[in-house]
Amino acid sequence: MSLDKEKIKHVAKLARISVDEAKVDSLTKDLNSIFKFIEQLNELKTEKVEPLTSILNQSLRSRKDEISDGKIREKILKNSPKENKEFFVVPKVVE
Amino acid sequence: MTDITNQSLNEIIKKVKTKKISSTDLTKAYIKNIESAKKLNAFVTTTFDQALDKAKQFDNKPNFDQLLPGIPLAVKDLFCTENIKTTAGSNILNNFIPSYESTVTKNLWNNGSFLLGKLNCDEFAMGSSNETSHYGNVINPVGDQLVPGGSSGGSSSALAADLTPATIGTDTGGSIRQPASFTGTVGLKPTYGLCSRWGIVAFASSLDQAGPMTKTIKDCAIMLESMSGFDEKDSTSINKKKEQYSKNLKDNIKGLKIGIPKEYRVDNMPKEIDELWEKGKKILKNLGAKLIDISLPHTKYALPTYYIVAPAEASSNLARYDGVRYGYRSKQGKDLIEMYEKTRSEGFGDEVKRRILIGTYVLSSGYYDAYYLKAQKVRQLIKKDFDDSFTKIDAILTPSTPSSAFKIGEKTNDPVSMYLNDIFTVPVNLAGIPALSLPAGVDKQGYPLGLQLIGKALDEQKILNIGHAIEKNCGFKNEIKKWWA
Repeated sequence: MSLDKEKIKHVAKLARISVDEAKVDSLTKDLNSIFKFIEQLNELKTEKVEPLTSILNQSLRSRKDEISDGKIREKILKNSPKENKEFFVVPKVVE
Repeated sequence: MTDITNQSLNEIIKKVKTKKISSTDLTKAYIKNIESAKKLNAFVTTTFDQALDKAKQFDNKPNFDQLLPGIPLAVKDLFCTENIKTTAGSNILNNFIPSYESTVTKNLWNNGSFLLGKLNCDEFAMGSSNETSHYGNVINPVGDQLVPGGSSGGSSSALAADLTPATIGTDTGGSIRQPASFTGTVGLKPTYGLCSRWGIVAFASSLDQAGPMTKTIKDCAIMLESMSGFDEKDSTSINKKKEQYSKNLKDNIKGLKIGIPKEYRVDNMPKEIDELWEKGKKILKNLGAKLIDISLPHTKYALPTYYIVAPAEASSNLARYDGVRYGYRSKQGKDLIEMYEKTRSEGFGDEVKRRILIGTYVLSSGYYDAYYLKAQKVRQLIKKDFDDSFTKIDAILTPSTPSSAFKIGEKTNDPVSMYLNDIFTVPVNLAGIPALSLPAGVDKQGYPLGLQLIGKALDEQKILNIGHAIEKNCGFKNEIKKWWA
């Protein structure tokens, strides 16, 4: 299948990436050549194959549900582009 | 006086232990090299003052029983380092200062080493030439127009140019082994789960593994021993006894069965790669190993599978970069959604955006079965190819890459031709097994070429031993002229 510009704009919307109108053409070309390459997989019959879900021969561990840290608000907010000492600050969401 | 910085890590450790050189003088020697190698652009951040403080602390109260006593090390800028900027080669993390240390780097520091600086890499480790970094191209010390490989290109360049005695990288589809091959150095991708992923900027979580990059196999064993180990903070970390890879390193490989997969002979492969492979086979045979022809029939589907699985995981992992909690935030955008869109558009480079879009698409409603599920099924087949082979053999020998280092700009216009660089390295990541690349010869231009040894899960010691045997017998010597200094 081939991806058209409208589809790419839709996917970009889903990924929350604004795409420069001037770059849509080259992006369409690149993505189509990548998908053409990927679609080699269609040569393989895989109806009877189980999908791989883990490459480890072990199941995921669970740990005790205990609090191991906390009271690090300052550390967490330190790297935020905008905060008010208590919370992250974002553009207004509700009127 | 001989130059300490062109020696192996193992030699340097011996000199520190026998007090032939202090940690401070060693650190100063590397700082001098780094300052005269700005042209290579291998470093994003240097931490000289801190390194000199640590060296002084070591010299005042040395502990020579550690694996890395008083050794300064630069690491790929994908490892979070406490209070030291960590960029992952991206603009979106240009101001990110972690408040915690990655487990792998913490293990290195606990063994007596300390940080010299952070090394350039492809943005979020997505690239094979270090040309996607926001912080500029890295130059291969082998030649001033050559890429150092990627994504761990700053690591391979710095190591080959004597700017660090050893280093670490990460390998999602070949990002340690391919740059090692391009610079005439050794690189190992361990078994998935051997080194903790905690505190490493995530790319594709089911494939990412940290590993050592060094000048010799012995050094590789020392570094792997220092950085690996169980970590409760990584849910996929393997809980097993620690191995003493360096102590147990030997070069007797008599009787070992080495698989030679016919699918690794690809169209248009330069003659020299084939000759290198033959040379490797001959060395192993002469040392008493048995060569066995094997087939890994799904090899050609590994790259297409990878370009579904890796972008899918990346699109999910990179959703966290939204300009709210850390990293870059765009000044534009009237509302929250627009702020996200502008932040991600301005913060990510073209290759990263391409992969996020591929990943978003293959996971989107209506396409999941056709792409992602299909890829997970093929991944099963690729893993089974290896599982079946390893019932008959001890290790697999292949070339590391289909070419030697290429020129800057040569492949940037065609993403698929760039991806094809990883054709021999990607299958191993999909199967979660270990592989190392070691330099074994040069092409007609004098550029280094690597051989790859693939082992079964947790068989690092065996591939290190085989690598050690090839290293001793292949006559490769990295003769890089310091044209940049």
